[in-house]
Amino acid sequence: MRSRLSILFASLIWIASAQAVAQTNGLRLPKTIEAGTAFSIPSTGSGKAVLYIVGPGQVLRREVQLGEPAAFASGDLHNAGHYLIVLVGGSSTENGAFDVTAANQPAALSFIARPSRLPVDLHDGISGVAYVFDRFQNLVLQPTQVSFQLSGAAGVPQMRTVLTRHGVAWTKMDSASKEGAAQFEARVGNAEGKRVIQQVPGDPCRLRMNARASGQRMTLETEPVRDCAGNAVPDGTIVTFTETYTGGEATVDVPLKRGIARTEMPAYNGATLSVATGVVLGNEIHWGKGQ
Amino acid sequence: MSTGRILAVLLAAVTIALIVGGTVWPIQSASATAGTGARLLRPSSSPQAAVENLADEIGQQAWDNAYSSLANKSEFTELDFVRDLTGSYPSLRSHASLDSFDVRPQHASADDAQVRLNLRWSTVVGTFPDTRNLQVTKAGDRWEVVWPLVREPRVPPQVIPVNYLRWDVIYRGAEDDWGSQDVESPHVRIVDMHPVDRGGRVVVMGELLNEDVVPAFVTVKATLLAKDGTAIATEDSFDKISHVLLPKQVTPFLIEFKNVALSQVDSVHMQPSSTLIAASADPVVEIEDQHLNPGPQPSLSGKLRNQSGQVVNVAHVLGTFYDNSGQLIWVSDGYVERALLPDTPVSFAISIPPDIASQIKTERVVTSTYSSSRFQ
Repeated sequence: MRSRLSILFASLIWIASAQAVAQTNGLRLPKTIEAGTAFSIPSTGSGKAVLYIVGPGQVLRREVQLGEPAAFASGDLHNAGHYLIVLVGGSSTENGAFDVTAANQPAALSFIARPSRLPVDLHDGISGVAYVFDRFQNLVLQPTQVSFQLSGAAGVPQMRTVLTRHGVAWTKMDSASKEGAAQFEARVGNAEGKRVIQQVPGDPCRLRMNARASGQRMTLETEPVRDCAGNAVPDGTIVTFTETYTGGEATVDVPLKRGIARTEMPAYNGATLSVATGVVLGNEIHWGKGQ
Repeated sequence: MSTGRILAVLLAAVTIALIVGGTVWPIQSASATAGTGARLLRPSSSPQAAVENLADEIGQQAWDNAYSSLANKSEFTELDFVRDLTGSYPSLRSHASLDSFDVRPQHASADDAQVRLNLRWSTVVGTFPDTRNLQVTKAGDRWEVVWPLVREPRVPPQVIPVNYLRWDVIYRGAEDDWGSQDVESPHVRIVDMHPVDRGGRVVVMGELLNEDVVPAFVTVKATLLAKDGTAIATEDSFDKISHVLLPKQVTPFLIEFKNVALSQVDSVHMQPSSTLIAASADPVVEIEDQHLNPGPQPSLSGKLRNQSGQVVNVAHVLGTFYDNSGQLIWVSDGYVERALLPDTPVSFAISIPPDIASQIKTERVVTSTYSSSRFQ
């Protein structure tokens, strides 16, 4: 009994499919339509019918006179994707499908730049990704040239031109050797995206301090702290002073202020003073009598 | 009589007996927190009883009674006495409650005795001890405690200019375009990591560096993985870390896995995370007179000196200990229960496991501080 029912359903599906194929042949549809353009769908026969167009995020319903083309104005269909068409007449139903593609003219882009902050002198440290869209926010899948430019306060701007693949173009840039904000720009046609990349000093280079007596205590002070490219390390960066003496130790974490770190520590004869910031070590001073 | 009735009568009798026993012979240290001590004070007929009564009253914050029972109350005011115990400025002490105490007679004569009072105060970050060596004198038929007042220094009215950097952050708004930038999270890096087996538990220790130019709120999570790649357990460093790291600052961290043996572990997956936060480079705290104290209960002690003008309400001290080869061997921490006043040293001590203490060659100490309205 069950096998007979299965055969019956299979036959019905086959007949319906065959009829659908036949009806599709009846509707003469374009294979693709550019989003936002005007188009028409011709029909045969006589009498009235209803035409349905069902697509991504959009459904159109039109009453049509069979034998006359159904016209659609520009902008009626604007979402790219696969659309199903069903023409329902008095005694028959025809259906078909077509694709709506993005307009070839790019109108907008989304630009993602990472990171927004990085140390100077970093090869391929900045990445930019641009997504190209038409005026209806459809991703333009046609290969399109996107221009990237990274320009800072100093130095020659870096430029790249990249062809999109599947609507996306990406590139990598080096950070400059001088600190400061850089403009990272992507452009396609009249569309552009701008991001600001903060290029910050790298690890301190040649950390040096000096010490002088100050009553019962001593004053420790670094020289202006700079990275290897000569950029001043930003204020607030922590510098650790350590004093090791017989039987004890003293440490203090001091933030840079106006480029230097300064603190007072107890003065012990024979003490060894050291300075460090992050994983960078500076010079050592041996504090002796008479200093 | 049925068995059930016999059992019911028996249970009722035992309950009544326990209630009567607990009321008539209470445990003195427990009564300090039970809130019933006032009714249970014994006559101060011995030095120990006098000290126990005083501790009970301190536990109940019955400051009037405690102060009036002192032998040397003419030397200071009741407010001085209260400030000695609860702090002059808001601190861990201000919000602590007496968890328990014990009394240890040291020496006694006919009208004079030395008694050690060990108070254990309970706070949100654990307990801290407070030991007072008390002289107890006989006055008539009763004993009275001579309270060794610790006067917390007061800062005279003054203006202390502070102009350290402060970072404020404006984050991306919900209405911003897709793809538009947000502020970048600070870049942090684990510069050292070392798992050890500590008798039935695995301890993962290490150090974390903020290599960025902005302050970061950091956490470290560790997952122990078995040989087949499955996760055995995941834990984070909780408060065994300094959560706020200024640029180029390094914090130790310690993550503990209970009931796991290192032999079960094939690898450790570390997940440091950081968030950009508003912070201030102030206050600067110097850690001076650091000493390793060997002995049966080894510790690292020292003094914190607040070099800034802002009162620090709570200070957290983290010690990182290294052996001869510079290998990280332990991370220990502790809280300072008194507020740090400008340029006023406050002592601290953090304990170290005895087996570790003998291997320590060098140490590094950092502090993180909390000041009433902001965390740093």
